[in-house]
Amino acid sequence: MIEFEDVTKRYPDGTLAVDTLSLRIPSGQITVFVGPSGCGKTTSLRMINRTIERTSGTISIDGEDITSKDPVTLRRGIGYVIQHAGLFPHKTVVDNVATVPKLLGWDKRKTRDTAMELLERVGLDLKLAERYPAQLSGGQQQRVGVARALAADPAIMLMDEPFSAVDPIVRHQLQEELLRLQRDIGKTIVFVTHDIDEAIKLGDNVAVLRVGGKLAQFAPPSELLANPVDDFVRGFVGQDRGYRALTFVHPQELPVEPLPSELVLDDSGAPVGWRADHELLPIGAVFKQGDSLRAALDAVLTSPTGRGICVDDSGKALGVFDQAIVAEALRS
Amino acid sequence: MTWTADNLGLIWEQLREHLYLAIVPVILGLLISVPLGYVATRFSWLANPLIALGGVLYSLPSIALFIVLPAILGTKVLSTVNIIVALTVYTVSLLIRNVIDGLRSVPAEVRQSAVAVGYGPLHRLFAVDLPIAVPVIFAGLRVVTVANISMVSVGAVIGIGGLGELFTQGFQKDFLTPVVVGVVLSVLLALLADLVLVGLQRILTPWARVIAAPPVEVA
Ligand SMILES: Nc1ncnc2c1ncn2[C@@H]1O[C@H](COP(=O)(O)OP(=O)(O)OP(=O)(O)O)[C@@H](O)[C@H]1O
Ligand SMILES: [Mg+2]
Repeated sequence: MIEFEDVTKRYPDGTLAVDTLSLRIPSGQITVFVGPSGCGKTTSLRMINRTIERTSGTISIDGEDITSKDPVTLRRGIGYVIQHAGLFPHKTVVDNVATVPKLLGWDKRKTRDTAMELLERVGLDLKLAERYPAQLSGGQQQRVGVARALAADPAIMLMDEPFSAVDPIVRHQLQEELLRLQRDIGKTIVFVTHDIDEAIKLGDNVAVLRVGGKLAQFAPPSELLANPVDDFVRGFVGQDRGYRALTFVHPQELPVEPLPSELVLDDSGAPVGWRADHELLPIGAVFKQGDSLRAALDAVLTSPTGRGICVDDSGKALGVFDQAIVAEALRS
Repeated sequence: MTWTADNLGLIWEQLREHLYLAIVPVILGLLISVPLGYVATRFSWLANPLIALGGVLYSLPSIALFIVLPAILGTKVLSTVNIIVALTVYTVSLLIRNVIDGLRSVPAEVRQSAVAVGYGPLHRLFAVDLPIAVPVIFAGLRVVTVANISMVSVGAVIGIGGLGELFTQGFQKDFLTPVVVGVVLSVLLALLADLVLVGLQRILTPWARVIAAPPVEVA
């Protein structure tokens, strides 16, 4: 657990970046700091690895005040990922990942094996290992950044807007992969973003900060959407928070109707399109049992026929449903 | 041509002296500029005054420096130390700007991650900042090396000037051959030194060559 107790940061020019912040960041979960630009997210994050020193208050990790440790030693035990990755341009991909193990003096063989294993883990082709960062796409660089942060198996990982400089499709992939990775590794992750959607998607807990470095609300995302504490949080989570809140509503089992004959399937039974006169219309988003109502509604809204398609894990179509069924599930 | 054949020993001796007088200051200058530049990036108010001071020193005429230095250093007029000190001053005054620019060329996010992964300050300088600054520092090294090679000849005026001494000999005897040999050899020396530096830079910065290449996508 990382604990902030009345932490304040005032920069030398007088800017109050963080104001008496008190917060408990639970271990093994993703905690997101979200808020408008300049509200002190980065400052709060960087006080944890002491790359910024707080002005007053205490920050402790598992009960131990971080000022009792040498900052360099502290940092080697905390992964750090930033926007644009900040990879070392003069080191190959595998050497970038090996940075912290090398600093810790691991033997060469173990260092390299660990680095290669991590590259694989974050979904990078091992052919990229000997490249330099300049030869990678933004999304690939970001994966290397994550691998580098994880290399020495730190208990804590700090991530400052790691996905905000890549295009929306890659961002979506990286988010999904982070969630998948986190299910395996269970790190204490502190994640900074100014994107409330990202916060809701990734966070087990979300801390909403307001400008001037004050904590507005600290709650799980569903709670934040259902019960924003004040107008600032309500405004920040957005007008369509009702729709977003559907992300957290998981119907028991959505009743579906049999597959209609207009739905064209391939040999494996996966939907390929809707037959209409002489053309085949694309199917839109699909829904799996266990997905949220938001996904169900999305499937209905993106379908050209107004009927969402329910598939199983292998992608085989099981049935269809319309908005009435979703509305019914919402009422129950 | 017969003169050349008769004086091979002398020419070789002057060539070696020339190289020595030009290169030692480059090495000394680098050893001074790097720590100085590092201090200037830590205390950023120092950087501009240092660069300005370098500009002033570099604009001093070399002849004046060669002549004044013995008085300041208490060395003999005919000591090679004068030449080495003078050229070291020039080297530092030119190189300091490149070292500072080079260290500043490290992208902010790279510096930030270097600190965050747990490099201590000195370790970071050698493992991250200096390697990234190599292209900018080497640009300065190349200029200063060639400049030094040409400036050594000026030392001939006070009696120590490597190949420059061939010029004085030629002029005194009103005889062109030594002058031509001296000029050709110092040009060749400059070209060779530059080539060596380019090669060294390529070895030190394999990563810099890929930057121009477009990123390669692998699924
Ligand atoms: N080194 C500094 N010196 C002075 N003021 C600073 C410094 N760094 C940040 N600030 C100020 O502190 C406040 C908080 O900055 P911080 O970078 O923590 O915000 P942020 O929430 O991360 O913003 P963004 O979403 O734009 O990244 C801002 O007003 C900023 O201008
Ligand atoms: Mg920030």
